Amino acid sequence: MKDLDKNFKKDTETEFPLREEMRPRKVTTPDGQVIDIDPLADYFCQEAPKVHRKSYSAIVEGFYNWARANSLWILGFGTGCGAIEMRPLMTPRFDAYRYGIQWRPTPRQANLLVISGYLSVKTLKRAIRAYEQMPQPKFVVGLGSCTINGGMYWDSYNTIKKLDEYLPVDLYIAGCMPRPEALLAGFMELKKIIRKGEAEGANKYAENFDWYKANQKSVIKDWDMPDYSW
Amino acid sequence: MTFEWIHIAYAALTLFIVINYGMIMTALVRKIGARVGGRYGIPIWQNYIDLAKNIALRSKITHGVMYYLGPVFRLTGGVGLLLFVPTIYGSVMFQNFSYAGDLILALYFVFFGTLGMALGAGESGHPHSAIGVSRGLAQVTAAELPLALGVYAISLQYQTLNITEIVAAQQGSIFNWTLFTNPLTTIAAMFAFVGTMMRSPFDVVLAPQEIPIGPPTEYHSAYLALMQTNRVLFPVAKVVIYMNLFFGGATNWAEFAIKVFAIYMVSVLIGVVYPRFRVEQSIRFFLKWGLPVGILAILTV
Amino acid sequence: MRDLIEKLTPRYTLGNATYQRADLTFVDVTRDELRALLLELRDKEGFTHLVLLTAVDWIEEGKFQLTYMINNREADQTLGLRLYIDRNDAEGDTIHDIWPTAATYQRELREMFGIAFPGSPRVDEEFILEGWTDMPPYRRDFDTLAYSQQTYVEREGRETHDPRATMKHKMYPEG
Repeated sequence: MKDLDKNFKKDTETEFPLREEMRPRKVTTPDGQVIDIDPLADYFCQEAPKVHRKSYSAIVEGFYNWARANSLWILGFGTGCGAIEMRPLMTPRFDAYRYGIQWRPTPRQANLLVISGYLSVKTLKRAIRAYEQMPQPKFVVGLGSCTINGGMYWDSYNTIKKLDEYLPVDLYIAGCMPRPEALLAGFMELKKIIRKGEAEGANKYAENFDWYKANQKSVIKDWDMPDYSW
Repeated sequence: MTFEWIHIAYAALTLFIVINYGMIMTALVRKIGARVGGRYGIPIWQNYIDLAKNIALRSKITHGVMYYLGPVFRLTGGVGLLLFVPTIYGSVMFQNFSYAGDLILALYFVFFGTLGMALGAGESGHPHSAIGVSRGLAQVTAAELPLALGVYAISLQYQTLNITEIVAAQQGSIFNWTLFTNPLTTIAAMFAFVGTMMRSPFDVVLAPQEIPIGPPTEYHSAYLALMQTNRVLFPVAKVVIYMNLFFGGATNWAEFAIKVFAIYMVSVLIGVVYPRFRVEQSIRFFLKWGLPVGILAILTV
Repeated sequence: MRDLIEKLTPRYTLGNATYQRADLTFVDVTRDELRALLLELRDKEGFTHLVLLTAVDWIEEGKFQLTYMINNREADQTLGLRLYIDRNDAEGDTIHDIWPTAATYQRELREMFGIAFPGSPRVDEEFILEGWTDMPPYRRDFDTLAYSQQTYVEREGRETHDPRATMKHKMYPEG
């Protein structure tokens, strides 16, 4: 593009200082004892995620996959304008409930994270935390062209352009924005993937954990959480 | 009544039937709601799929011993409630472990699950859980007052604490039901009923829009599966008590199914008509309307 | 609106005025008179509402233009006060005590343009950006495309068309 400034160089030197509440400090307890607190090490579990194997029996795994496919619980977390296209799915016209798709308000009970549109760096941080808190196996669907290649935010200073660098994506639904019909078709496609037992995004995430973390940390400069949010 | 080992098998059978009945019934109620709203609604077996899915989840994390025990206590509350109350009157098989003072025990078990859940959810450390727990306990306590008064009134009326004898006294004609012999008590107890069914207008404890989603915020996979089982079992068990105390009990499974569904629909119908109360509103409501009716019921017996 | 400007002219140094629409006027003001002018307009002339406070980067002249848009609801009049400040040592005067909403605008300007507003509440805290270490992104010497290409991974195969050339080709294929 012609307006690309060859002289502009991103500032890669400056480190973002750790937030005050995250810095190691000394605290005096009510009974006068002085203790050291390192919030990042003390408050959080530092464990890395591990790869969970499938069931030993193919029949059992097949049954489990069938149950997973027919009971998709979506995390009610809208990241961009695409969240507005999710709401009609609950209405009489589209009625996603008949396919076993429901919305859950907490990541602990959800299996499917729908990244519904552009992800700014600030939201990416929350999306990563929400994703990591979901129980295995978990699925990610990228919605709209913003998650695929940046879409209309291709030159934005604050929006990521390729979602699968940061989270393991099972399925993309193209469009800007995709209509609810496209979403339903996408969910049906996701069901087929799950039934085939190919939706192992969480295991992929655990296997390539270092690579994902490096990518995430390269854009999120104020990383003030544990590597894996349990 | 003497104890025989076969009773355990009978009780397990009751439990099995009631859980399946509850699964189908709650799905059916949701389906009816969907149809009223013009939707097709969930498949009738969706509850089973969700249960299987939650058990099939691979990773589980824990927050401590009490966190484990929360859903266990909750389920114990539901199972205990069911097992110490005669499910089918006059049947040896489904008499369960009912005994002379089971009315008092039932009162205790109604509250037991809530308390266990409060401890378990409290340990999960999530602020929404804590808010949900405090709201839930406050509301349930207020709602239980009319029920306790109603139960006193009933035991005064029938001069017994044995549910089987209470049911026996109501047999014969529909006008022998407590509903007709002592309507005030029934009204007082129904206040408590709608108050503890976790349906609108008294469901702010679990409100997904406000405190996602209250006490079970941190519960997932198998813990959630346990709680789901309880979510279908506990309402049925509670309805069984009400059926026995006020609506003449059931003498066979068909009567049981119809009566439980009808009583359950009372709370559903109230729920779809009225919007959600805040906690202080619902407590005020129970103290203002439920409590006086309960006291009146005792006085008029 | 002309009446108001004429009425104020003897007492304030007002620059050239732009009469954009019947209900929208812009006028240049000076920094040391801004506060008195805003107070008089708010208390005496009925401009009670701060519509927005924003900045324009005049990089060629080395200036930032702060625009204070205030509105008189009764007369249905909007007045924009343009104030030019130095771009290199960008500093404005806080008006959060006149309109509390201004504090939010000033936080935004601090973060996006790097204009300091000493004394404004919470002005140095992060507003929208989290962990931002580069230069303020709304400054015109910040190249968002270059930054984006140096920071975020791109997917192969993306095509970009110049809208003007594409539409010209589509609508007039023979040239």
